Amino acid sequence: MSAPTPSTGTDRVKRGMAEQLKGGVIMDVVTPEQAKIAEDAGAVAVMALERVPADIRAEGGISRMSDPDMIDGIISAVSIPVMAKARIGHFVEAQVLQSLGVDYIDESEVLTPADEAHHIAKSQFTVPFVCGATDLGEALRRISEGAAMIRSKGEAGTGNVVEATRHMRAIRAGIKALGTLDDTELFVAAKELRAPYDLVAEVARLGKLPVVLFTAGGIATPADAAMMMQLGAEGVFVGSGIFKSGDPAQRASAIVQATTFHDDPDVIAKVSRGLGEAMVGLNVSTLPADQRFATRGW
Amino acid sequence: MTRPVIGVPVIGVLALQGDVREHLAAVRDQGAEALTVRRQEELAGVDGLVLPGGESTTIALLAERFGLMDPLRAAVRGGLPVYGSCAGMILLADRLLDAPPGQETIGGLDVTVRRNAFGRQADSFESQMSFDDGVGGGPLHAVFIRAPWVEEAGEGVTVLGRIVGGAADGRIVAVRQGNLVATSFHPELTGDRRVHALFVDIVRRSLAEKAGTAAGNERGLS
Repeated sequence: MSAPTPSTGTDRVKRGMAEQLKGGVIMDVVTPEQAKIAEDAGAVAVMALERVPADIRAEGGISRMSDPDMIDGIISAVSIPVMAKARIGHFVEAQVLQSLGVDYIDESEVLTPADEAHHIAKSQFTVPFVCGATDLGEALRRISEGAAMIRSKGEAGTGNVVEATRHMRAIRAGIKALGTLDDTELFVAAKELRAPYDLVAEVARLGKLPVVLFTAGGIATPADAAMMMQLGAEGVFVGSGIFKSGDPAQRASAIVQATTFHDDPDVIAKVSRGLGEAMVGLNVSTLPADQRFATRGW
Repeated sequence: MTRPVIGVPVIGVLALQGDVREHLAAVRDQGAEALTVRRQEELAGVDGLVLPGGESTTIALLAERFGLMDPLRAAVRGGLPVYGSCAGMILLADRLLDAPPGQETIGGLDVTVRRNAFGRQADSFESQMSFDDGVGGGPLHAVFIRAPWVEEAGEGVTVLGRIVGGAADGRIVAVRQGNLVATSFHPELTGDRRVHALFVDIVRRSLAEKAGTAAGNERGLS
């Protein structure tokens, strides 16, 4: 009998990695110093990017993958997993991030899309991907391309949780609706969702996505994080909400605690005290259409 | 002499962060009752405890902040059966390598564990490994995710499993010491339930022993 060969980059290994992050908070960081603050506050992973979404909004211009030196610095600064963002469709940024040794790639609408028709063919990579989704169909299209984790998109850099709520509710409602359909109706549902039938049938059977579902985009307070968990998120991404606030270390720690104890208002009340200024928010309904990140990706 | 009646064991899964749901399901598959544990009073009500996979730094921080670290240490010292997978193995270890300075563990398992020993996520893998629980031994297909390994095991520690083949051939990835079990891998993510079966069996035996001792004490008193 030949010696068994260990296999890397399998679906089980990619999706299993996200299972280990459940119940946790993943924090956007732009420097090794911020990464260390996030780790000390109890983050389960950090997300390396060039600028936090609030600054991308304020400064405009093209937003890209982070500088490799900065990513190296972040990887050396912490022992927790390091994720990094690549532009939608920019498969070479993804190749570079994989070669740098990041643990997860976020093909993210927060950066400026590099391709307006095609997402990255994610199954071809050893490193796993997380992608944003505004509804069930979008989530399933990303999974069929190889995403091993989904996050609801929300509207990043606004400090306004309203879009995150909308997208979590939409994904949840889509999953619930599938559960009521018979086999014949599932074929029609697949057509309407613009998603592969096999995935649609799997979701109907499981009553959940076949990958871990986090939430993102506008979470700024411990109560925001807890609300998204109660709406069915399995964990939370926080972007500008931490490092654009008055006391990042304390706010980061408070959001971590509120995520674990999301069903305990006494704990949420306790950790919400004395946090200082939350990030200044934006009203999403008055945002011009070309400044909405959630509409990027298809 | 009548044997004491042993009820269904109640097994807690530490639910501060990690793949809690998968462990709850695996424990229930073995006929035990499974509960989440986030508070001291919940810990007091269980016959055994699972430390799930997750981020060991996050779990340790939350345990510290919510006053669970000392009760957990006392429970391990008092003989509570505990099974740790991946992050759980790190939390049970007496000594750590490649951990951030000051990372606390519950301890109790006389081993030195190296964190992220196999490398980063791109090096995470699934593979056959050797496994011998003294009952249903034989190769086991296991999933390793940014996994630790046991660098050194103390004298009282039994090695249950090792990596077979590849660069890490022979590395220790499953151990037992008394009522403590730890694995580098995630049996909760695969269909092979032998690790959970072993652990639930340890919990049942520990309950039976306790009931036996209690019955003995009663007889002594009368």
